[in-house]
Amino acid sequence: MLLTTRKLTKTFPGTVALDGVSFGLEAGEVHALLGENGAGKSTLIKCLTGVYSRDAGEIELEGRPISPASTHEAQELGIGTVYQEVNLLPNLTVAENLTFGRQPTRFGMVSGRKMRQAAAEMLSGYGLDHVNVSRELGTYSVAVQQIVAIARAVALSGKVLILDEPTASLDARETETLFDVVRGLRERGLGIVFISHFLDQVFDLSDRLTVLRNGRHIVTAKTSEMQRLDLIHHMLGHELEEAEDRRSRREAGAERLRFTGLGRRGKVEPFDLAVREGEVIGLAGLLGSGRTETADILFGRTPADRGEATDSEGSVDLSSPRAAIAEGFGYAPEDRKTDGIIADLSIRENIALALQARRGWSKPIPRQEQRALADEYIRRLDIRTSDAEKAVGELSGGNQQKVVLARWLAMNPRFLILDEPTRGIDVGAHAEILKLIGELTGQGMSILLISSEFDELIAASDRVIVVRDRRHVSELVGDEIETGRIIKSIAAHDTAEGAAP
Amino acid sequence: MNARALPLYATIAIFLIAYVICYLQFPAMLSTRVIGNLLTDNAYLGIVAVGMTVVILSGGIDLSVGSVIAFSGVFIAVLLRDTGLHPLIVFALLLGVTTAFGAAMGGLIHGLAMPPFIVTLAGMFLARGAAYMLTIDSVPIDHPFYDLLQDAYYRMPGGGRFTLIGVLMLLSVAAGMLLAHRTRFGTSVFALGGGEHTARLMGVAVGRTTVLIYAFSGFMAGLSGIVFSIYTGSGYPLATVGTELTAIATVVIGGTILTGGSGYVFGTLIGVLTMGLIQTYIVFDGSLSSWWTKIVIGVLLLLFILLQKGLLMIGQRQQGGLT
Repeated sequence: MLLTTRKLTKTFPGTVALDGVSFGLEAGEVHALLGENGAGKSTLIKCLTGVYSRDAGEIELEGRPISPASTHEAQELGIGTVYQEVNLLPNLTVAENLTFGRQPTRFGMVSGRKMRQAAAEMLSGYGLDHVNVSRELGTYSVAVQQIVAIARAVALSGKVLILDEPTASLDARETETLFDVVRGLRERGLGIVFISHFLDQVFDLSDRLTVLRNGRHIVTAKTSEMQRLDLIHHMLGHELEEAEDRRSRREAGAERLRFTGLGRRGKVEPFDLAVREGEVIGLAGLLGSGRTETADILFGRTPADRGEATDSEGSVDLSSPRAAIAEGFGYAPEDRKTDGIIADLSIRENIALALQARRGWSKPIPRQEQRALADEYIRRLDIRTSDAEKAVGELSGGNQQKVVLARWLAMNPRFLILDEPTRGIDVGAHAEILKLIGELTGQGMSILLISSEFDELIAASDRVIVVRDRRHVSELVGDEIETGRIIKSIAAHDTAEGAAP
Repeated sequence: MNARALPLYATIAIFLIAYVICYLQFPAMLSTRVIGNLLTDNAYLGIVAVGMTVVILSGGIDLSVGSVIAFSGVFIAVLLRDTGLHPLIVFALLLGVTTAFGAAMGGLIHGLAMPPFIVTLAGMFLARGAAYMLTIDSVPIDHPFYDLLQDAYYRMPGGGRFTLIGVLMLLSVAAGMLLAHRTRFGTSVFALGGGEHTARLMGVAVGRTTVLIYAFSGFMAGLSGIVFSIYTGSGYPLATVGTELTAIATVVIGGTILTGGSGYVFGTLIGVLTMGLIQTYIVFDGSLSSWWTKIVIGVLLLLFILLQKGLLMIGQRQQGGLT
């Protein structure tokens, strides 16, 4: 074993992020680390790379116990990390980035020639012969930057390489280039930890895999001996066994919106979607599969670069959130704290925000009107607060979510996107929000519901779209909507298999 | 072509074109006298701008330098008047004081995670106040060694004077170029300007680098103060008000991006000379108000900010195109 952890434990106030995780990495293997949100992947990585200090357990590198106190120390020990966001400096040249901290000097001056030579040597074998090391790193594509980052990490550390979602912003061709590099490093005897949400890539690249869930080690196995379906069962765990009760599905209403071939390079493959009146469309998929990316495109947050959106009156402008709001769209994003609420503003101000934006800032909503609006929604959604002037940041998660919902309901949108509306909120509020979804569709509103909880999707949706690896792979309607089917679709190798009845 | 060097090329082109226009109108502008004066008159600005360039490259700003120059002049004048110290010892003392002053500001910026703007704004008031504490009058400097310094020049063919302080400025620029572009410290400065978080991950000693950057700026401000005192032959607490802003303008016109991480010390020299050229033109013309300098500088600044913004946008569009 090159790197071993034994009974690694790390707790944060309120949660056990890692609960006695044992993990082993061999030299010359690519070991995939899998798990959904909160599984403990990043905590494990951060303990290995010295960002966090562990509470209990041991880490051994080549048989010797280590406890890195900083990323720098971990690097010196031989553990290098490359993150999804390239952690190099785009304003420095490729050579400077590669040699940073160890630039060859002569009489105190950096020797440009020697530095470029050293950089070129570091880059050899990575298939980047066309890269001019004297150019700024920022002028190259993310894929090249990623490989440069790997080259630096390998040169600096050279034993263990941790790749944290390295392919998240790469396209298929770039990914293949990167994989060739990784395979080359495996040949050279490095131990590589590979984290990715793309199961295809995991099966393509890794020799073994380890699944974490809720901070626990679930399974370690040879990738070739693992079935997709089993893997997803391991990743999702208990949710599957739960019986689900389903809301009665109504007759579908008239078609309200149609999205044709909407997509964006590097985000989501083009997809078609028709939205009918009063319908809840569920969007199922693993983390990073393209759920949130779909929502971002529909709301103009990352505008589509192809395809079109139409309704009965013609084209629908989704080029920016502002345009989408004007078209009667609403979006309660996944990360409530950073994207949903403005924590320091009051409930009243938060609720009035979108409505005011649509009216234009030259026509302020009178304070009294805002107050009436806020009071109405506090009553209707049962927001637990002393009064409407309380800062939203002081409310509980569930109540914050209700404020976000109230903001959009005040606008009476025709299409509302809810990304993980029940994450991190208590059971009572959970049920209330689901009930609210039912009421809203009863009034004719259409909703796109994104959730990683299948029982929630099954309970609330009229249709479920399954996304995998940034593609909309299948659509389930009526009785097809059940956990087993969804899992199968997610696990399927290709579209045909997933869509087969 | 390197897109980041474009503002530098633009600056050089603008300077040359402006010089040609001046020459066509006033052929005397191409004499060594004018060139010598251009260097001498702007020596203090050029020196302080080199320090400012390094600060801005790191993504910071130093608003204190104008006051520090005034303080330096008063400090030298008062010490030479009231004590028997040799000017060279006074210079050494002064440079020690201003370097420590800059280092202290850098320490505060890093230690308290305060914006450089606020810390150096406080430094600006402090230094100006300290100058007033020493004297409220203009104090003439009367010392044989100063006469020697003021008369030290090389007579160029054509009668132009290549003065000591002009030489000092060019040396400062050369030193700044080496420091910024050819040392590990310089790379750290660019790294900080590119992003502090990433720089830290890559192993930049952020605290030490920040302190050194502002110490360097303080040192250059002190040196600029010495040069200014040689140039004017006096110390006056109200001198060089707003020089920090002029210095920032020359840095930006010289092609350094105000948000840091990209630029050239050599460009700053051209920025300073451009500014001097405009002033010289106004002097030659004789009928224009000297305020025209400010207007032209304002227009130039705006032009360069637009140019940089445009280049940035082009650069972003290019990204992903190259593989």
